[in-house]
Amino acid sequence: MEPFVKHTGIAALLNRQNVDTDQIIPKQFLTKIEKTGFGQHLFHDWRFLADGKDNPDFELNHPAFKGATVLVAGDNFGCGSSREHAPWALLDYGFKVIISTSFADIFFNNCFKNGILPIKVDEGALESLMTEIESNRGSALTIDLEEQIISSPGGLGIGFDIDAFRKENLLKGMDQIAWSLQYVAKINEFEKKQASTQPWLWNHD
Amino acid sequence: MTKTLYEKIWESHVVTEEAGETPLLYIDRHLVHEVTSPQAFNGLKIAKRDIRRPASILATMDHCVPTKDKDAPIQDTVAKRQLETLEKNCREHNLTLYNMSHPSNGIIHVIAPEQGFIFPGMTVVCGDSHTATHGAFGSLAFGIGTSEVEHVMATQTLQQAKAKTMLVRVEGDLPKASTAKDIALAVIGKIGTAGGTGHIIEFAGSAIRALSMESRMTLCNMAIEAGARSGMIAPDQTTFDYLKGRPYTPQGEEWDKAVAYWKTLATDEGAKFDCVVELDAGTIAPQVTWGTSPGQVAQVDEVVPNPDNFANTDEQKACRNALAYMGLEPGTKLADIPVDYVFIGSCTNSRIEDMRLAAQTAKGKSVSERVTAIVVPGSYPVKLQAEAEGLDKVFTDAGFEWREPGCSMCLAMNNDRLEPGQRCASTSNRNFEGRQGKGARTHLVSPVMAAAAAIEGRFVDIRNWQ
Repeated sequence: MEPFVKHTGIAALLNRQNVDTDQIIPKQFLTKIEKTGFGQHLFHDWRFLADGKDNPDFELNHPAFKGATVLVAGDNFGCGSSREHAPWALLDYGFKVIISTSFADIFFNNCFKNGILPIKVDEGALESLMTEIESNRGSALTIDLEEQIISSPGGLGIGFDIDAFRKENLLKGMDQIAWSLQYVAKINEFEKKQASTQPWLWNHD
Repeated sequence: MTKTLYEKIWESHVVTEEAGETPLLYIDRHLVHEVTSPQAFNGLKIAKRDIRRPASILATMDHCVPTKDKDAPIQDTVAKRQLETLEKNCREHNLTLYNMSHPSNGIIHVIAPEQGFIFPGMTVVCGDSHTATHGAFGSLAFGIGTSEVEHVMATQTLQQAKAKTMLVRVEGDLPKASTAKDIALAVIGKIGTAGGTGHIIEFAGSAIRALSMESRMTLCNMAIEAGARSGMIAPDQTTFDYLKGRPYTPQGEEWDKAVAYWKTLATDEGAKFDCVVELDAGTIAPQVTWGTSPGQVAQVDEVVPNPDNFANTDEQKACRNALAYMGLEPGTKLADIPVDYVFIGSCTNSRIEDMRLAAQTAKGKSVSERVTAIVVPGSYPVKLQAEAEGLDKVFTDAGFEWREPGCSMCLAMNNDRLEPGQRCASTSNRNFEGRQGKGARTHLVSPVMAAAAAIEGRFVDIRNWQ
């Protein structure tokens, strides 16, 4: 995983609530066995017209949002299924940061596993971000993970919270499996104990 | 100190809790299917890692599989490759796989309990959000992404922060025409689709205790639609009776010991929850969703809401968008909405009890001419049981199609999908835009409501219908 330290990029606006993973990446694209190549299908049903052309009414198709890497969206972003194809598609399209008032739990987790930074802000902060982007489409936001701050050309400086361990993981681009495996002795010990106290969990090993 | 069911399971599974790190939680059971696993197997291969505990894994093919002409070659070559990849991966790692021709094959959340693979007090994960289903057994069960699938395969653990707890207490007697599906939809309608975010929901109260295991699974299955990663119900005699004698459950003396332990898991009297929600079961009428989110739901005798009547502008906008997509006008009686398609199936409502309820409703009647209705049992054991009871005959005599098991039209990854603009009464769990096909309009209901809609060609208030 690529480390995430600081990022500056065009912020696109998707002012919709409850954007679900079926919208982010519709199911007809889930049959692939790779992690790459999902960006072309991101928001497929909203993004393209029946004839395959870009839907001019879809927010992300606005010319000013071309090349956007920061997505600012409404409440409960990423609800629905656990498909990691959703963050894979966002990342493949170019998004590195997603800002909303809340995220669905599984999607939120999945972002961190892929080097995407999901940022929760309060309603007021989201509104001021949206207002500024709306009035200055195509402008960039800077997200400094080390300092935990979002800054805008209009002078906004919005601090955000992040779990310290997750922050460290992102900053270092850590291999989380390798991290957990350093506790393999403790895992062995746990299993040994459980097999003696709850043997019925181990009958088929 | 008093503890909740969740806290007891959590504490008994913490491997280590280092300062400044997310705790490491041990995972007892891992369910696998074709869609969310290939990249995890591949990740293991690249990193030259092995699967730590193959016996903890049960794999199936369910999302992409066809529900008719199952012996014919699969035409979708990409889906075919995904199924073949699972077969190959399971063979390579010596995992138990119920492939398409296995007699125990079916939807992962139907077959795992059916085989007795899930016990109270376990931690259970699957690369599928509806893993919440298994909380019905008093286990801690939740959906994970593919990176976490790989993590569990390699380490048998997950880095997991402790969740908040929500108690949903449902007291009283559920009216005769209402089901666990209606409880689920009523709860989501009350707390919203993000109401449970960050929480584990425990369902309790006399109405919950009275539910069968199948109904409990339906209810816990939908916890994710309320935003909660997991729903759970304390194990009791109903749980033990269901589990006893299944292929994976312990026997003899060990069974008694296990039950004695399982009995200690229930939430202690006076244990604290972060949040409590109360519902009176007696007031839960049959529910129908009218929008594109499971929280956009009303009682069958109500009307499609007016966007202007919502409190804030966001909700007004959401309602307006939903009605435009669904092709509905405010003020329309829900019971007057015609349907083109009926889908009875999915990990929410495809167990034997669901089949029985739908068949009871359809018996001796005929599917409306305007409706295509399909019944997709959740597994081959469910299908065989239903056929032994003659339910398939009841359905086909009434004009329903009786299909082979699979996820089918819940997410339309196979050929079972709606055309743009078609309206479906569906016993599945998500009414998102495009879920059952691009432009498809989904209304979530119980199996009884779905079967009645198939007969009448529109929704009906089954409380005054025969």
